Amino acid sequence: MIDYSKILSEKVADLKPSGIRKFFDLASEVKDVIALTIGEPDFKTPWHIREAGIDSLKKGRTWYTANAGLAELRQEASNYLNRRFDLKYDPSEIFITVGGSEAIDLTIRAIIDNGDDMLLPIPSFVCYDPICRLAGGNVVTIETKRENDFRLTADELRAAITPKTKLLVLPFPNNPTGAVMRREHLEEIAEVLRGTDIMVLSDEIYAELTYGGKRHVSIAEIEGMKERTIIVNGFSKAYAMTGWRLGYVAGPSPIISQMLKIHQYAIMSSPTTSQYAAVVAMRDCDNEVEDMKREYDMRRRFLVKAFNDMGLDCFTPEGAFYVFPCIKSTGLSSEEFCEKLLHSKKVAVVPGGAFGSSGEGFVRVSYSYSLDHLMEATKRIKEFIEELEK
Amino acid sequence: MDQLLKLLEQNAKLSNEQLSTLLGKPEEEIAAAVKEYEDNNVILGYNALVNWEKIDPNDCTAIIELKVQPKRGYGYEEIASEIMRFDEVQTVWLMSSSSYDLSVIVRGHSFRDISMFVAKRLATLDSVTSTATNFVLKRYKEHFFSFAEENKDERRHLNID
Repeated sequence: MIDYSKILSEKVADLKPSGIRKFFDLASEVKDVIALTIGEPDFKTPWHIREAGIDSLKKGRTWYTANAGLAELRQEASNYLNRRFDLKYDPSEIFITVGGSEAIDLTIRAIIDNGDDMLLPIPSFVCYDPICRLAGGNVVTIETKRENDFRLTADELRAAITPKTKLLVLPFPNNPTGAVMRREHLEEIAEVLRGTDIMVLSDEIYAELTYGGKRHVSIAEIEGMKERTIIVNGFSKAYAMTGWRLGYVAGPSPIISQMLKIHQYAIMSSPTTSQYAAVVAMRDCDNEVEDMKREYDMRRRFLVKAFNDMGLDCFTPEGAFYVFPCIKSTGLSSEEFCEKLLHSKKVAVVPGGAFGSSGEGFVRVSYSYSLDHLMEATKRIKEFIEELEK
Repeated sequence: MDQLLKLLEQNAKLSNEQLSTLLGKPEEEIAAAVKEYEDNNVILGYNALVNWEKIDPNDCTAIIELKVQPKRGYGYEEIASEIMRFDEVQTVWLMSSSSYDLSVIVRGHSFRDISMFVAKRLATLDSVTSTATNFVLKRYKEHFFSFAEENKDERRHLNID
């Protein structure tokens, strides 16, 4: 009999299952749940993007692409970064990955060695921490705060830097809080980082989804930051292309070329059909993105008001498609809140604690759902709160 | 205010307060815009989209193609307004088609009901030269709404997203 526990890598075996998973398992046991839990767009991929994918298949383009991706797509990514963010990247400083996820994995693996520190603002998406651990690094968390609208501040950053810090993860617009970093906030962060050897992994997967009239600003736009920034982005959230599994990474050549080595050994090349579709997405679909964004924006305003009206403090998020109301006034922990809400009203939201300890006391509510769906769900949450107060 | 019209077109039950939240505009501004649209007949009215078959399985709808002889000096207006007056008639359109002129949508309690209406009321009108009745067998989608019982969310929960 093989003792698998002796065979498995300790680093892998030590990884804890995600806190979201536990809750989803629970939610799946309840029938007819109204979910507000999903982190992907409810929209289908715009038709001419799908058509471009179909067309590439009809033409028999079913081989690998170059390791770094289709030259045409890398050129489009370069044009896009220039058009939307005034960033100048040569296509050779960009390559195409399997989703933003792979780009995150490669960035962390290319930079973090045993014993290195990675700074991670929390609450945030749950993948950075385990990837860093697999690379042998230590995760130094920085708790962002409600009173700062969940932004990372220069003081918090300064206080967290250690002699071993090699990488700062900058996950904005943020999942789960919806927080964004405006230019003035990024200037402050840049001020701390200039003159250090700390690199920034700027996860900009929600860059297209910012509200309130101001566009997303990349930290690479700030003076002196392009040389110390690796931009991770992708097609999933902006173009509703989650299932196509496509992202990209842009950064300084000496780092990008090393990351590309890992990509070519581990992945070979990103999905070919998806890459042909993505060319059309980046080139021709600004209007479709705008339409989806307008819809998200209405839902966002609706939810913020609905939660504040029912007495749950909810700051107005300016990005992504989540609101992050505070549930401390109910006296329940976020897990208790979610479990009780699930069982008494059949509404599922995600406990904030799943995104890092400082998410405790909050819940994540996704608005990648129709307005009718959100109306019914908030009606039930309101009833739940009223019954709690009795 | 295109967005306001789009929202109302999909759900006329949204209150001015809700519209104000969704559009991020003051409630008074919304109320004034709605009133102006109503006054100018941009918004003609509000109604519910009813699935009558759930109430009466024989309930039916037909699209009737009418060929008509337009009258000198009146064109199609006279015959169209004559047809509009029937309570059974939901919709009248003048079409650009080589095979017929007016498209008329009629609802009735049975196929026979509608057939009789066409034979007795429409076919007998002076200007009508021919009629063709097309019965609706199944309604899948109307005015943005699907008649399917359930719109299933096919998205899956991932463990980390």
